[in-house]
Amino acid sequence: MAFDAYVKREFKQVGTRVARPDGVDKVTGRALYGADMVAPGMLVGRVLRSPHAHARIVSIDTSEAAAMPGVKGIVTGRDFSVPKDEFLADVAVNCLAQDKALYDGHAIAAVAAINATVARDALKKIKVEYEVLPHVTDIDVAAKPDAPVVLEGRALETVPAGMGANVTHRCEFGHGDLEAGFAKADKIVERSFRTAATHQGYIEPHACLASFTTDGRADLWVCTQGHFYFRTLCSEMLGMEASQLKVTASEIGGGFGGKTTVYLEPVALMLSKKTGRPVKMVMTRDEVFRATGPTVSTSIDVKIGMTKDGRITAGWADMRYSGGAFQCLTCEMGAQAAFAAYDLEAVQTVGWNVMTNRPKEAAYRAPGAPQAIYAVESVVDELCQGLGLDPLEVRIKNAAKKGTKASYGPTFDDIGLLATLEAAKKHPHYTAPLAEGQARGLSCGFWFNFGGNTCVTMNVNTDGTVGIAEGNPDIGGSRASISLMAAEELGIPYEKVRTIIADTASLGYADTTDGSRVTFAVGIATINAARDAIRKMCKRAAMLWGIDEDAVEWKDGAAHPAGPNAGKFPPMSLADIAAKSFQTGGPIAGHYEVNADGAGVSFGVHLCDVEVDKETGATKVVRYTVFQDAGKAVHPDYVEGQMQGGAAQGIGWALNEEYIYGADGRLQNPGFLDYRIPVASDLPPIEAVILEIPNPGHPYGVRGVGETSIVPPLAAISNAISRSIGTRLQELPMSPPRVLKAIKGAA
Amino acid sequence: MRYEKPQTVAEAARLLSAEKGVARILAGGTDMLVQMKSGMVEPDLLVDIKALPGTRTIVKEAGGFRIGAGVSGAQLSEDADLKAAWPGVVEAANLIGSTQVQGRCTMVGNLCNASPAADSVPALVAAGAKVRVAGRGAGRDVAVEEIPAGPGKTKLKKGEFITSVFLPARGARCADAYLRFIPRTEMDIAVASAAVNLSLDEKGVIKDARVALGAVAPTVVLCEPAAKAIIGTRLDDAALEKLAAACSAAAKPIDDKRGSVEYRKDVVGVLAKRAARIAYTRAGGQK
Repeated sequence: MAFDAYVKREFKQVGTRVARPDGVDKVTGRALYGADMVAPGMLVGRVLRSPHAHARIVSIDTSEAAAMPGVKGIVTGRDFSVPKDEFLADVAVNCLAQDKALYDGHAIAAVAAINATVARDALKKIKVEYEVLPHVTDIDVAAKPDAPVVLEGRALETVPAGMGANVTHRCEFGHGDLEAGFAKADKIVERSFRTAATHQGYIEPHACLASFTTDGRADLWVCTQGHFYFRTLCSEMLGMEASQLKVTASEIGGGFGGKTTVYLEPVALMLSKKTGRPVKMVMTRDEVFRATGPTVSTSIDVKIGMTKDGRITAGWADMRYSGGAFQCLTCEMGAQAAFAAYDLEAVQTVGWNVMTNRPKEAAYRAPGAPQAIYAVESVVDELCQGLGLDPLEVRIKNAAKKGTKASYGPTFDDIGLLATLEAAKKHPHYTAPLAEGQARGLSCGFWFNFGGNTCVTMNVNTDGTVGIAEGNPDIGGSRASISLMAAEELGIPYEKVRTIIADTASLGYADTTDGSRVTFAVGIATINAARDAIRKMCKRAAMLWGIDEDAVEWKDGAAHPAGPNAGKFPPMSLADIAAKSFQTGGPIAGHYEVNADGAGVSFGVHLCDVEVDKETGATKVVRYTVFQDAGKAVHPDYVEGQMQGGAAQGIGWALNEEYIYGADGRLQNPGFLDYRIPVASDLPPIEAVILEIPNPGHPYGVRGVGETSIVPPLAAISNAISRSIGTRLQELPMSPPRVLKAIKGAA
Repeated sequence: MRYEKPQTVAEAARLLSAEKGVARILAGGTDMLVQMKSGMVEPDLLVDIKALPGTRTIVKEAGGFRIGAGVSGAQLSEDADLKAAWPGVVEAANLIGSTQVQGRCTMVGNLCNASPAADSVPALVAAGAKVRVAGRGAGRDVAVEEIPAGPGKTKLKKGEFITSVFLPARGARCADAYLRFIPRTEMDIAVASAAVNLSLDEKGVIKDARVALGAVAPTVVLCEPAAKAIIGTRLDDAALEKLAAACSAAAKPIDDKRGSVEYRKDVVGVLAKRAARIAYTRAGGQK
């Protein structure tokens, strides 16, 4: 058995709802977010953005702006050398355009000035000559061979000959004989779906403060999900060595995947380098919508065959994803996730990326999966309706389980799908009577979860407390969870432990906070750092007792002589050992580095009841229950929060959220007024039912929980609406005008 | 930019008339400040009218209510007499923005911002409200529907501004109601809206009515055919269908990100029916 494999145990602290360490600071306004950082002599940076969806930049004249009093520096794409690596080059070109503006809102130039007013006025004096080019924002139009070409020569060799230039990637997954599978079906349904691009909708806009010294070192304070990755991107773009750029992560006001890449940061660093002054940049909401995020827009065909008794005989999907004006591989995630919930003999999914004149896609909570699973779960539901089958029984009948060869290749280990479905079946919600005009829908959801690189240092302080330094910005309660796991392993109270997020100079590399990896991977590192500290503390106790270190064991937060032969000594607590550490060899610290594997996939099932106003097409979600496997819920409040938060975002996606482009290729709704995330009164109480099917790959059985919860709502709500109005919508969002049109069309 | 807070109407009028650049009025500021922040407008002069006499008060006048141009939505909602007399107007004004915005937003600001989707405007028009316009000459009283000229534009002349809005006295068996459709439950802008103000005779027959529609034309629509459809009825189903049809026919909306022409025409009729039912019940009518 590997050292950190799951071992069944009775938890003393893990699983309790302890006070969150950041709670008081956040509710009192003391917490420091990206825009809260200030430095003496600081300048304000602002970005000039393209008003065109697609245009050649003929010239940029900054002379008049540069001559304005109070303007200290201006940068354009020419100040950056485009990296050779194609992926990195895309990130750089997205931060500041080179020869073309590729979407409405694409950054063209940036100014640093003594204040925001001067900076804003200076932007108006920058003269950009554009040659406006034909644009394309619709994925299906962009995929056609005669569509305006966003970027030439970007197709990978995965793309077959004869496709349009905007088609840049093709991937395929699956197994079995599709034709034979469909031949066994009693009913086959084939449908096409479209989903709108949606934004992560974090409340805190992107913000950073960059300070470049004259001897070539730099500091960056930034709101980010991954300050180590930001260091990698920025140092490469600025031609710096990683050690010379120190990045510190602020508190984060929401990320959901959208703060995993840079926009302002290299620009702020370059402005600081040019002006010799600290430069602060904060996006407006308009900029956040036009130039960051969103998720992919999609167009998906699904075909599924089913027998009369509900066995799925074959599943096929062709899914076109657009990640905006650049290459994007999110289609791979969708094509892998689409049928993950099912144990299938014959399945094939094909994913495509298509470029459009839209902002560069950024990760959004389970990137690519909600769209794919929405399409699949809609067709499964339609088959259940057509064959008169219970949708939950059909999912139980076809559910993937331990030993199932997943549609995307691997064979599943212990997974929680069946337990989750059974829990939904037993829950009172599933059989609760529906009021007149209400209908119920359900959907499965899936996410891979990731592990990755992590480094943890655990400092045992001389007063018996413990400080943990880890490298992942806390976007969902990880500081509390990490402290809890440390307290559990060390055997000291949670209150004695404080976890902080160290800057990039203070700790080894940590992958970004994404892929629901932190509680899992940092948890492994924390538990092992604690075990490292314990070994060291046992050694110190052995030294004080004058016995062999192997004769000391750790239990309940103290070193004990291991058995009668070791000698009779009273136990020495962590505090006792720490207090004497200066006499026994110096400070005590545990440490661990890992590239964690075995994250363990996560499944969820959502049940929802809706009420549709048949005269206006407005949908009200009246009851909502989430069932999800957490492996082990380290801090159940946060786990429930993740389950509810994903459901809330999914409800918004299903009903109202969308990027709306005009005929001019400009974004019509770059603000929270017309980009409608749900407000509190739009949502029902969301009940969260946590299941705990231990993940074999984590010492405490933990699985990531952050992303799966956004996957099922799209289909769960669509399935409920279709049962309410007697016809099925095949496009998201299901906004009131679309629903009313469907009702009138069906009448 | 200059900021001025005059103490008299005459001084305010003088400042506004004399300004050669862009002059704007600040009352609640819930539209003005957002527009300034987003760069939509960069005023040279901002005249705060909240210190002018009568702009912050609701005063009974001739049995009706004179509401100052600086009176906030929250103040309206706390005036029991006003709410009893004009529940539709108050509920319309209280739909503007959020709880926080209600502490500052004003009906006159809502009117002068001249959005076709302004919530309080259809209710004021249905109520037959008049505004008092001040300027360099003598003040004048103007029907609310005469103020908007189109999206973002009013018929007020340079130097003119509104100091108050007047809601007339109410008799027995009168009531109004306002409904809007938004895709969310709050903090949104009407896709379509309808206000109905009616009075009943002793038998519950509608003897007078005014119906006004929002967000379905460049300006608020006072829909006389809709009123005619229900006058003389007890709001039976046939009357309601005629009302809805008249509203849909009078609507001349645009296709935009908030809704299609077809959708707005449909929904404005639905809202008018529902608002009429509420007003009828409030007035004591029984079916």
